[in-house]
Amino acid sequence: MPAAIGTKLVTQRFGDESAKTLAGYERTGGYATLRKALAMRPEDITAEVKASNLRGRGGAGFSTGVKWGFVPRDAKKVHLVCNADESEPGTCKDRELMYWDPHLLIEGMIASAHALKAVHNYIYIRGEMMREYLVLQKAVDEAYQKGYLGKNILGTGIECHLTVHRGAGAYICGEETALLNSLEGQRGQPRLKPPFPAVKGLFGNPTIVNNVETLMNVPLILDKGGAWFNELGMGRSGGTRVVCVSGHVEKPGVYELPMGITFNQMIHEVCGGVPRGRTVKAVIPGGVSMPPLDASELDVPCEFDALMTDERIKPVMVREGQTFDLGGGRVLRTMAGSGGVVVLDDETDIPKAVWRIMKFFAHESCGQCTPCREGTGWLEKVSRRVADGSGNPDDIELLASIAHGIAGNTICALGDAAAWPMLGFLTKFRADFEAKLQKVRAA
Amino acid sequence: MSLEFSAGAQKQIAALCERYPDSPTKQPVVLAALHLAQKEHGQLSDDALRLVARTLELPYAHVYGVATFYTMFRRQPGGTNTIRVCTNISCMLRRGYEVLAAFENQLGLKAGQSNKDFTLIEEECIAACANAPCAVVGTKYYLDITPDKVPQIIAELKAKPHPESEVV
Repeated sequence: MPAAIGTKLVTQRFGDESAKTLAGYERTGGYATLRKALAMRPEDITAEVKASNLRGRGGAGFSTGVKWGFVPRDAKKVHLVCNADESEPGTCKDRELMYWDPHLLIEGMIASAHALKAVHNYIYIRGEMMREYLVLQKAVDEAYQKGYLGKNILGTGIECHLTVHRGAGAYICGEETALLNSLEGQRGQPRLKPPFPAVKGLFGNPTIVNNVETLMNVPLILDKGGAWFNELGMGRSGGTRVVCVSGHVEKPGVYELPMGITFNQMIHEVCGGVPRGRTVKAVIPGGVSMPPLDASELDVPCEFDALMTDERIKPVMVREGQTFDLGGGRVLRTMAGSGGVVVLDDETDIPKAVWRIMKFFAHESCGQCTPCREGTGWLEKVSRRVADGSGNPDDIELLASIAHGIAGNTICALGDAAAWPMLGFLTKFRADFEAKLQKVRAA
Repeated sequence: MSLEFSAGAQKQIAALCERYPDSPTKQPVVLAALHLAQKEHGQLSDDALRLVARTLELPYAHVYGVATFYTMFRRQPGGTNTIRVCTNISCMLRRGYEVLAAFENQLGLKAGQSNKDFTLIEEECIAACANAPCAVVGTKYYLDITPDKVPQIIAELKAKPHPESEVV
């Protein structure tokens, strides 16, 4: 049965300060599943996770079990790396998840590492998350002391190590190959793929990189079964979804919600609606990398496939009459991304909001690929002059053309992440940009 | 001038080197060593970078490249507290720029500048969007900030600083 509003899996310990300690975690049922998991054969764990339809909660929504299956069978050394570099604007769930329930992440990592036969494993945590780093490090220390981590965990003969590795400020390190380079002590610049990390990752060994929320779901799946988890979800997406609702709502927050909840329900039933009697103008559905929804598109569920394929969502256009081509004849609608839902009310200055998003990408481009390094800078400059009322008459076309020139032409997805929202806002809120340029002409 | 790590830092680095047994070099420890060098020497001067390079047996050029890539590393001195004020989309929609301006006015600093007590940074999203506008100072988060709360925050930090080096 699909989860109801109020179902709590990974947020069940939110608000309970005592559950952060190992004793508190065990008291609330923690580490009970681990013994069961360690007694399972690794391939059976992977099969259970596949059956659960758990999909990556970091942004791409790829099937976790399928990803694990990409590790070559004859691999000698494998690593599991948790991506805790949360920095997608509008997204604030992993930080809260790690703060409130660090041991659930550790338990999930140990069980997942067993499935992957991974011995030396890492949590790459964003450098600016200093409070969460201390919480995690303390929890890891406790887990070592109690024998949940070490050379022979719980007397099973299984070796599992976990190291918390701090970053030092770089959004790009949330991209998995940049993260691996950073973990190896290099500049955080993405690698060319293939080879994918599951084949050749950290120190040249097969490596699985999973998001915090993704890994925290694993103990629940192994406890109650993949079928149970799958049924909680919707379509090919199992489980619940932790969303972070911010911007113009009465009650912003981090909420664990049913996969099938619509944006209208989320905004009005969960978050108390829009303040001051205003209405919704736009919603960013999954962090600023994702094209926005307009007010007519909010009855779509926040589920991964729905956001990519639901025909109620208008396709992103490159220019009038030309849809953006994702390859293989697929149009780009939007994506569920990282769960960062940003609500913009009807008085929002859309061009200014877009400029702020472009400023972010220009700041965070790693500089490796020319289309992104130069293009994000141009997007920032041109969107700024449009926003402040000094744009040129053809700036809308210019912005679209720059964005189109970046998309698909870079090593990693940061270029697309800048281009997609630019094109998406121009497609759905063109009148707002035109109004800014009209003012220039009138003046 | 040749710089050194304290005995405590040397011990920390040696312990960290054990955590990456599949790495052929000590390179994975470079971020941690740079955090430590910045803590002990206040900034990552050329000499501090040489210290990290020597300690980890890495080329100076590599360490320089890494140190200049990440925004938390600084090549000049900073204040005791680093105030990272978010102005990204969720904060901007809820008066984040007014909060940043209040910090600038109260501190007499522009974003990016430092005095003895404070470094003020206009930060990209710090993952506290549900409590926008927000700022982080070391391990301390300031949530749901309004411009009128800023003098109080600054007074608190003067009385009880939260240096980032506390967690290193």
